[in-house]
Amino acid sequence: MSTETENPFTEGTDDIERKRTIGRVFVGVCFGSAMVGVAALVILLADVIIEAWGWLTWDFLLYPPTQSPDNFLGGIRGAGIYPAIVGSIFLIALTAVFTLFLGVGAAIYLEEYAPENRLTSFIEANIANLAGVPSIVYGLLGLAVFVRGAQLGAVLLAGALTLTLLILPIVIVSTQEALRAVPDSQRNAAYGVGATQWQVTRDVVLPRALPGIMTGTILSLSRAIGETAPLIMVGAATTMLTAPDGLMSPFSAMPMQIFDWAARPQTEFHHAAAAGIVVLLTILLLMNLCAILIRNKYDPRS
Amino acid sequence: MSDETTGRLGGLKRTVATIAPGESRFETSNTRDANVETTDMTAEAGQSDVATTERNETESSSSGGVEMPTSDRPLGTPRVDDAVIEARDLDVFYGDTQALNEINMDIPEQGVTALIGPSGCGKSTFLRSINRMNDLIDVARVEGELYFHGKNIYDDDVDPVALRRKIGMVFQKPNPFPKSIFDNVAYGLRVQGKDDDVEEKVHTALERAALIDEVEDQLDESGLDLSGGQQQRLCIARAIATDPEVILMDEPASALDPVATSKIEDLVEELAQEYTVVIVTHNMQQAARISDKTAVFLTGGHLVEFDDTNKIFENPESDRVEDYITGKFG
Repeated sequence: MSTETENPFTEGTDDIERKRTIGRVFVGVCFGSAMVGVAALVILLADVIIEAWGWLTWDFLLYPPTQSPDNFLGGIRGAGIYPAIVGSIFLIALTAVFTLFLGVGAAIYLEEYAPENRLTSFIEANIANLAGVPSIVYGLLGLAVFVRGAQLGAVLLAGALTLTLLILPIVIVSTQEALRAVPDSQRNAAYGVGATQWQVTRDVVLPRALPGIMTGTILSLSRAIGETAPLIMVGAATTMLTAPDGLMSPFSAMPMQIFDWAARPQTEFHHAAAAGIVVLLTILLLMNLCAILIRNKYDPRS
Repeated sequence: MSDETTGRLGGLKRTVATIAPGESRFETSNTRDANVETTDMTAEAGQSDVATTERNETESSSSGGVEMPTSDRPLGTPRVDDAVIEARDLDVFYGDTQALNEINMDIPEQGVTALIGPSGCGKSTFLRSINRMNDLIDVARVEGELYFHGKNIYDDDVDPVALRRKIGMVFQKPNPFPKSIFDNVAYGLRVQGKDDDVEEKVHTALERAALIDEVEDQLDESGLDLSGGQQQRLCIARAIATDPEVILMDEPASALDPVATSKIEDLVEELAQEYTVVIVTHNMQQAARISDKTAVFLTGGHLVEFDDTNKIFENPESDRVEDYITGKFG
């Protein structure tokens, strides 16, 4: 009753306080680690945007590159990255079609149909390992198989097939995960009313897994659009004056063009390279945004 | 409640009185023993087609058709006259573990047959072997026979998909599709190609599942927006829309609150007027309330006793069953 009541919780407070301090230090270190990534991205973006400021014009998007650096800032005619943009978009569209069919098909087979035996686990282990193979090795493979072996030459189709091989393992693994996330209760519900395995896969499993499949595929594609090494091996042009007009047309891609400009001595070309990087990053971020929007739209929790 | 209990006691007395005729039924089935053995031998000699049809005819012409081995027979009266489903020496294995051990029992046409027992006793496994859902588990293996209208459903010429169209299923957790209420009920009709009068059939199914009054104006809304109890009745509507003969229910009310549970129980009793209902339940009061026959599974996948529900709950033959029912273990 009295105000003199003794606080029964005084024992060990120093020790508790010490442990709390350790906790605070730990959180600080973790926060710092998280900020490193953010800071790197901000610095990179700021650096590139300052470098590209004033160089990124409509003309830059609409004209082919020239040998004279003056043309970039309104010379006799404009100069820009147009053929490489078209090349990259064609490349990524073709790659998207190939990976969707091959990657999703392979994942559905492995996850839904393949018997659980040694062969299946061998294939799955191989696919997981392929995801770690350096991209230049895929470039060599593309050179040997598509450019030389199939006599395609250094054309758009050969580039797209090479990029497909590069991201296929990632797409297969992410699609398998999306399929595995479909609850068995949903499959059972469909089997229970007498659906065949094909009907279960088509009506229940695929619609439910589609957001996951799309997210994984788009993220893989945005990795592919920035790849340079395999394209160098396949023999894509560093600079093209005209946009590609078909599957069997020679092509350039944005990373190739940026690489070419950055390697030149004149500073004007360095600014052009920075402007090219901004365009590439914008396309990349837009693709990632699509992936996030798709995921949020179909997320059952929302 | 008390009226029901007196009814059950009356039922018990009748059951005791019918034990003697039950004995003679076993004798007649013993004479058929030799017959089936010969057909098995001809099947091995390579005339399997002819042998199977012959056997089917003999079986379907008599009620409670397939003879039961004298060993491994559970206590009680495992034979019934109007059997739709007859399990004979049924074993189920998951890999090296045996989940069901020599199950012998009949399930009568219409009415409710309850499967009770402690967790892991194999009652759900038995339920899932009736419509071959166990086929979907890679490591599951079934031995022995399970006859549906006298045809062994584990014969090579039985298509599990066709079987599941005759034997519907309701699962433990409500599992509606992320589609509209209408499409949920219509799904079975569509996969089975019963595309005519879908609207009317969906309406009838929702009516019979006692859900129509609550969802009549929102058939286009997602089935996931319903409450748990409504979702389960939606799943029941989905199962009966295609008009199967048998409905299997795997603890259909275990995830629901008491009010929703009692609605499901009323519905089960209603459905049993027309369908053969087999229900797995953990809840012994539920089994006593709604079932006509009860099978008690105890540890190790053994069926210990099968009989009229009154008999099982009032006067079981097995002491272990009595201990289980009175709550001494399990």
